[in-house]
Amino acid sequence: MATDERRSAEGKEPFVRFDRVQKSYDGETLVVKDLNLDISKGEFLTMLGPSGSGKTTCLMMLAGFETATHGDILLDGISINHIPPHRRGIGMVFQNYALFPHMTVAENLSFPLEVRKIAKSERESKVKKALDMVEMGDFGGRRPAQLSGGQQQRIALARALVFEPQLVLMDEPLGALDKQLREKMQFEITDLTHRLGITVVYVTHDQTEALTMSDRVAVFDDGRIQQVAKPDTLYEEPDNSFVAQFIGENNTLDGVVHSIGDGYALVKLENGEMIDCKPINVSRPGERTRVSIRPERVEFNKDRLHPDAHTLEAEVLEFIYMGDIFRTRVRVAGNESFIIKTRNAPDQARLEPGRIIEIGWLPDDCRALDTGT
Amino acid sequence: MRTPVFFDDRYPMIATAKHNGILAADGTPLKRSLARALRREKLRALILVMPLLIFVLLTFITPIANMLLRSIDNTIVGDTILYTVSDLNDWNGSDPPLPPENVFRSLYFDLFIAVETKRHTRLGSRLNYEQTGISSLFRRSGRKLDDIGKEIEKTLIASDARWTDGQTWFDLFAARNEGDADPELFDRQFLRIQRLQGELGNIDIDFMPSKSIAKALPLATREYTAWAIHTASIEGEDIAQTRPWESIPVALIYDMQQPDFAIEIKNWLSQSSPHPIEKLSTESIDYPLDFTDILRKIHKDWGDIEVWQTIKVHSNDYTSGYFLNAVDMRKSLDGPTIQPENKRILITLFIRTVQMSLIITLACILLGYPVAWLMANLPMRTANLLIILVLLPFWTSLLVRTSAWKVMLQQQGVINETLVWLGVVATDNRLEIINNQIGTIVAMTHILLPFMILPMYSVMQTISPSYVRAAKSLGANDWTAFLRVYFPQSIPGIGAGSILVFILSIGYYITPEIVGGTDGVFISNRIAYHISRSLNWGLAAALGTILLMVVLVLYWTYDRIVGIDNVKLG
Repeated sequence: MATDERRSAEGKEPFVRFDRVQKSYDGETLVVKDLNLDISKGEFLTMLGPSGSGKTTCLMMLAGFETATHGDILLDGISINHIPPHRRGIGMVFQNYALFPHMTVAENLSFPLEVRKIAKSERESKVKKALDMVEMGDFGGRRPAQLSGGQQQRIALARALVFEPQLVLMDEPLGALDKQLREKMQFEITDLTHRLGITVVYVTHDQTEALTMSDRVAVFDDGRIQQVAKPDTLYEEPDNSFVAQFIGENNTLDGVVHSIGDGYALVKLENGEMIDCKPINVSRPGERTRVSIRPERVEFNKDRLHPDAHTLEAEVLEFIYMGDIFRTRVRVAGNESFIIKTRNAPDQARLEPGRIIEIGWLPDDCRALDTGT
Repeated sequence: MRTPVFFDDRYPMIATAKHNGILAADGTPLKRSLARALRREKLRALILVMPLLIFVLLTFITPIANMLLRSIDNTIVGDTILYTVSDLNDWNGSDPPLPPENVFRSLYFDLFIAVETKRHTRLGSRLNYEQTGISSLFRRSGRKLDDIGKEIEKTLIASDARWTDGQTWFDLFAARNEGDADPELFDRQFLRIQRLQGELGNIDIDFMPSKSIAKALPLATREYTAWAIHTASIEGEDIAQTRPWESIPVALIYDMQQPDFAIEIKNWLSQSSPHPIEKLSTESIDYPLDFTDILRKIHKDWGDIEVWQTIKVHSNDYTSGYFLNAVDMRKSLDGPTIQPENKRILITLFIRTVQMSLIITLACILLGYPVAWLMANLPMRTANLLIILVLLPFWTSLLVRTSAWKVMLQQQGVINETLVWLGVVATDNRLEIINNQIGTIVAMTHILLPFMILPMYSVMQTISPSYVRAAKSLGANDWTAFLRVYFPQSIPGIGAGSILVFILSIGYYITPEIVGGTDGVFISNRIAYHISRSLNWGLAAALGTILLMVVLVLYWTYDRIVGIDNVKLG
């Protein structure tokens, strides 16, 4: 499988490397602070983060539209800091597609080949191949304005790929599409780029998109990478409370580290209860911490509760029926927005508000993180 | 069993549905209910735009339509010398070499009324546009026209002193009773005076010509009626107490020399109280009345066939003459002919106007494009500052700006002095950059530049920078990205700016007038000349109409080639 090959390539020389890159627009504040990132050949890496986190700036520096204030960006081992964008050979898909409105679809695709002085016959065959690749073979004569959003998206993708770049950058390419189309395109983009074996750097602020499409995700906040990891690691083992909060839904309980030892930390919650947690970035007793538990890892059915699980008393505040799952909001240790997610199964209890229940989770699912301030 | 009757009054819905398609809930056809619902909205919209619509109609559309009409309006000739024009129709313009006697006779009486109502000089000016000298011919003839009338008056008074009395004349021509009245003649003369004087309104005129005297004295009755209408309505005097114009005795003598006079006057006298005409008709007044001779003695130019040809050619109420003049041609008996070389100037002016407008437009594009691009690509705050700088000239009077160019460009002006000081040009070899085409081009480019920059800027602002980025990421260098991706998208802005600048410059007046000298003036300066100096408004209107057509044709061409939808002003 392509994915396996990619994994094995990870040990080699990186294809793209950000080496201590900094960027400032005004000379006073840094939008990108000390960025170090290696991307291996054939990898699908997503830069995920809230707006203003510096992810788009990074992409623009890689494309050559912004220059790094400090540090090096290396492509295939060569510094590209002083290479103008048009000679970097990097394909790019823009947020609003940026299809040239005065050219037909075929002319749009032919453009990168023309500027590379490729012969007409070869150009035509490549354009046709690229259009077929995105299943838009019949649309060569249309103008971009005559296409739907999804079709424009495909054309933009085909245009970024038609000159066979090794690296393709995508800047929130699916932002303008509706949910269904977006999910379809997510699959198509990953499928296509995996098949072609090209390296993709993808920028988005949609965490679902990042998790479903990427080989690795780099979570950006405040001009820094908070964590780079595979999607499952990112979700299950967030390094800090920002990542835990940003990726998926998350329950938090604030407390103070009581003691650390034997791979577990004992945390005293605000109501005085003690729970066992996995210490992630707490190191000494007395430190304030925010404990993170995923809603689907919380169990209230005693039969299913693991014998090692720690239990707490909770009061049901609200029961929300969502079809495939139930969301139950409870009050735990003074926190009124604690959510429990349960699968809609025939034997699943539907809890009424006001009931007092016992909830619990495995200490391994409960991560003691920083307070996030 | 009852059979249902479908096409019956009881089933209107079914019946109408068959004919009118979809029905609304209450059974009326949907189209009708929709129209009713929209009518209110339309009415409201109409009321909202009404004040502006009326304003525009009154202050814009009407004057323009009126001006355009002037370019073909030639009613002044027919209004002023009505009978001459109709008699001239029978003369072919060359054979005999002078129009027949009846034309001269009609002219004598037409001209007499025109002189009395002071309209003859206007007609003279009108015809003078076509042939120089006619203006003075009319003016001079006007002064001497009543000489012959005065002589004849003396003869009449010698016959009977009562001819000095207005009542004598009134008794002669006024209808004796209802049956004797000739309202048709009255109406014709009323219209004649109205054409000459404008609307007379509802004035009570205490006179009606007599049918029976009109048989004996047709010309005199006609002229007396015209005089009576004029005197009563314009002068407001009592006809019976006023002595008529000298032309009436002339007409009287003319009529008396006609063969039917003797019998008809006897008929008239037999039913009338005694009148001095009886004595007059017995005296044989052998006064020679050759109107050709009379007029040629008044002014020798009435013997000039060209004068008569000019009048004949330009006697129609509507004429193509002004338009022909506007393109250096003139109307003649043989159809349109080219003007003599020394009078050809307007075509050259038209061509020059278009050429220079194109140069100015091009200069504006070249100078404005980089500025517009810069404004569109700078941060908002800096761009706003630039926009203010671009708009700054708008806040200065046009006249001041143009005069400033005069200071800058003249021989002893800032530019020349600087160049002399720098030693680039010699003192006795200063650049001639004003009072010629260069001056006009420089000053007008400066004045019209904002009209080019602003539409360009507003279009460029909408071009997302991601297009150029996309082009670069696809491998295009800066120049190719600009030329193939940015420039084509900015063309609508260039188009909008060019149309605006070209249309403005093609009709520009003040700047060419001040800095253009003789070389650098536009057609509009010629129009202004005809409006305010030569007073040839018909030609000015024709020139203006042609200018308007040129602009419309260019606009249409542009629409066909580029598409007016592509023009964006903001």
